[in-house]
Amino acid sequence: MQITLNLNGTSHHLDVDPRTTLLDALRHHLGLTGTKKGCDHGQCGSCTVLMDGRRVNACLTLACMVEDRDITTIEGIGTPGHLSPLQQQFLDHDGFQCGYCTPGQICSAAGMLEEIAAGWPSHASESLDGPFELSHAEIAERMSGNLCRCAAYTNIVAAIRQAAQGDNRREDAA
Amino acid sequence: MTRHLRVDGPNHDDRLDHMAQGVIGQPLNRLEGPLKVAGRATYAAEARPRNLAYGVLVQAAIPAGKVLEIGDAPGALAVIRDKRMVRFAAQGMARKAPKSGPDGIDYMGQAIALVVADTFEAARHAAQNLSVRYAREDVPVNPEDVTPELPPKKQSKTGDLDKAMQEAAFSVDQVWHTPSQMAAAMEPHAAIAEWDGDRVTIRAGLQMLSSNKEQMADALGIRPDKLRLLAPYVGGGFGSKLGINAESVAAAIAAQKLGRPVQVSMTRQQVFDLAHRRSETRQRIRLACDADGTLTGLGHEALVSNLPDDGFSEPVTQATPFTYQAAHRQVVHAIARIHRSCAGSVRAPGEAVGVTVFECAMDELAEAAGIDPVDLRLRNIPEAEPVTGRPFSSHKLTEALQEGAKLFGWSDRRPAKERLEGEWYIGIGMASAVRVNQLVESRARVTLVQDGSAIVETDMTDIGTGTYTILGQLAAEMLGLPADRVEVKLGDTQFPPAAGSGGSFGAASSGNSVFLACEEIRRQIAKAIGCDEGDLTLQDGMARAGNVSKSLSEVVEGTITGEGHLEPGKTEKSHRQATWGSHWAEVAVNRWTGEVRVRRMMGVFACGRVLNEKTARSQCLGGMTFGIGIALTEAMEHDRRDGHAVSRDLAEYHIPCHADVPPLEVHFLQERDAYVGPLQAKGLGELGICGAGAAVLNAIYNACGVRVRELPATPDKIIAGLDP
Ligand code: FES
Ligand code: FES
Repeated sequence: MQITLNLNGTSHHLDVDPRTTLLDALRHHLGLTGTKKGCDHGQCGSCTVLMDGRRVNACLTLACMVEDRDITTIEGIGTPGHLSPLQQQFLDHDGFQCGYCTPGQICSAAGMLEEIAAGWPSHASESLDGPFELSHAEIAERMSGNLCRCAAYTNIVAAIRQAAQGDNRREDAA
Repeated sequence: MTRHLRVDGPNHDDRLDHMAQGVIGQPLNRLEGPLKVAGRATYAAEARPRNLAYGVLVQAAIPAGKVLEIGDAPGALAVIRDKRMVRFAAQGMARKAPKSGPDGIDYMGQAIALVVADTFEAARHAAQNLSVRYAREDVPVNPEDVTPELPPKKQSKTGDLDKAMQEAAFSVDQVWHTPSQMAAAMEPHAAIAEWDGDRVTIRAGLQMLSSNKEQMADALGIRPDKLRLLAPYVGGGFGSKLGINAESVAAAIAAQKLGRPVQVSMTRQQVFDLAHRRSETRQRIRLACDADGTLTGLGHEALVSNLPDDGFSEPVTQATPFTYQAAHRQVVHAIARIHRSCAGSVRAPGEAVGVTVFECAMDELAEAAGIDPVDLRLRNIPEAEPVTGRPFSSHKLTEALQEGAKLFGWSDRRPAKERLEGEWYIGIGMASAVRVNQLVESRARVTLVQDGSAIVETDMTDIGTGTYTILGQLAAEMLGLPADRVEVKLGDTQFPPAAGSGGSFGAASSGNSVFLACEEIRRQIAKAIGCDEGDLTLQDGMARAGNVSKSLSEVVEGTITGEGHLEPGKTEKSHRQATWGSHWAEVAVNRWTGEVRVRRMMGVFACGRVLNEKTARSQCLGGMTFGIGIALTEAMEHDRRDGHAVSRDLAEYHIPCHADVPPLEVHFLQERDAYVGPLQAKGLGELGICGAGAAVLNAIYNACGVRVRELPATPDKIIAGLDP
């Protein structure tokens, strides 16, 4: 079927099988392989993208259902030459090893910080109304849908915290 | 020119310490990091050749027997069944293909066919609806249902352990069980194969390209020089990508038959069935000590399993012969031949579960003898390897224990069940960390260019290990270049064959080959300048010797290329090589629900020279987190009727998530091991896991007084031991 996807600010016309997930539309049809497939079942968060600013699992989303939405993938967040502050902090804090879960972690972190800004509480929050301190527990709870088998967790939380504090100073510039 | 070294003796030169650039060891960001955080690093399934077809593997629904007939697949291009398709993955460093012939079935879930279609959706649909007729055989699937093999070479006995146990002032004699565990790397196994005449290029998730090439050539029945493997980025391995597996062989066969490129990605569930599992283990530990805590006897009896004709068996007792002294010793290694999926290497095969259980037993002995657990260990560290008398290449366990105790605040430890905060019992625990060390033959080529840049080429892989970065740093240090002037090319069998990523030997083995290649280049520069290589100082693109100072562009005409070739040698046998450390954990155990939260965790590690402090630390974080999983959550359960993996995805097999892991702390001890090549560096990828789970389990006991010997320590098992 013919569909149109609004991706990273650009419209793309595609002819896909109706069973095609957003994840496979990105990876197989558009060659945007930055969004990863770790499980295809909504269990790992590797495929996290932003849909109208909210994080979703692209593997649980059919491509044909998101035609009128704005999708942001890791490719829309920054490029190797122009990293976003969040990406830069992941790099500086070594918030990854193999890098496979990383685009999902970064998209998820971006969406998560928006959720906090919008006043959404989490299981780890002290109160339902905020304000929410960016404690380790708060960030870890909200990021728990993104698995990392290399287990860069300690560094990911540090990276997110520093990015959120707007301190984008580069440590140990390479 | 190739500079070759066999590591036959010690090297006390500390050459890297005397280089001038000052980049080795520095916590530099990863070279390929910008690509990874921007989603531009392309993994196995991420090449997009034209006219790509998609294949989906079909799996056996019986535990053993034969495929009699396979139905049609409407909508598909082909159903591939070929006697070259492999039944399970090759073991790490195997030189031949694993067992092939998909019509015979050795375990439930084995790949028996590949369905290929123009789209992934069509291939998946056809594969799921394929009808298969089988002839089923009855086979054993549970380790306790068979009489295990006891290979004579794997048993050992010194003195009389039974007697030592009878005469001991204090003793422990207990049995532990660990379940099957999975590497579960985040990138599922995948491959894209494309033929050009009689040559094939396969892009896949693989850890050890040089041996993978031999395995694949053997599997396909072609000459190795007709085959090129690519693995520039690998989304984690942890052992699961050591050998070629069903997806890459099937992709190559399908691409050959259809005359177009074919991609095969395993589903997450297929990864759990087809990648090697860490065998479940049954471990009996016997410990005997005298009144002051000196061990008089120790025994470690392991029962593991694997398929009938596979050569691998989880080396559970690998570190037992040399970790602690005791006059009376016994090691038993039994293998049950059963039809569960193939067992193989998962991060730190042997020690990951062997040291973990042994260190739990040590905690029980300390408790029985009324001795502090740290003291018990300190009292039993041998001077040399017990029984053989071989010297250690370097030994840092004492320091790791003492340093760790100080840093963690061990002296605040209270007896079991004394700290209650609200509804949480709080406790701390510790364990020793130990892992055997080895080098593996490795080659690399380094090219120094007139403009003051350099290129490193080797078929080594970076599976998250930091290999791109450390090899770049090494070349930069040796050639006196800023780190960003070195380009590192890995993961392509067109480059010189390397050790590959496995067994913690990757960094030291490939690093030494790069070091040697750079020494060769230095020799040529020295010759051009007219000095001894030893008198040459290279820094910031300048070459200096005596009062001569020239820029590299004056010395180098075009390029200078050097090759390095490292081989392990006599020190492998003459010295017991190992890495050492200590693990520390603080947990909270809920007195009503039995839930365990790890509140604090710390590791102290000695691994020889640290090549990049940032990436080295990350390796340890990963290992320690695996330890949390082993202790608390990870179990691949098997159906007792047919052996199939029941918990076969990430919703059922629980790897630690963000909320399970507190901010982890890592400390390195300064060490230069002279017996492991001129780099003086040892392996680190696995040490962090060895014993980590024991620190958590021992902390659980200290918190709430419950010993869980059936891992993992899930709440049901803890509640069963808590007071009502
Ligand atoms: S691939 Fe979508 S959650 Fe795992
Ligand atoms: S970096 Fe490898 S899985 Fe997260």
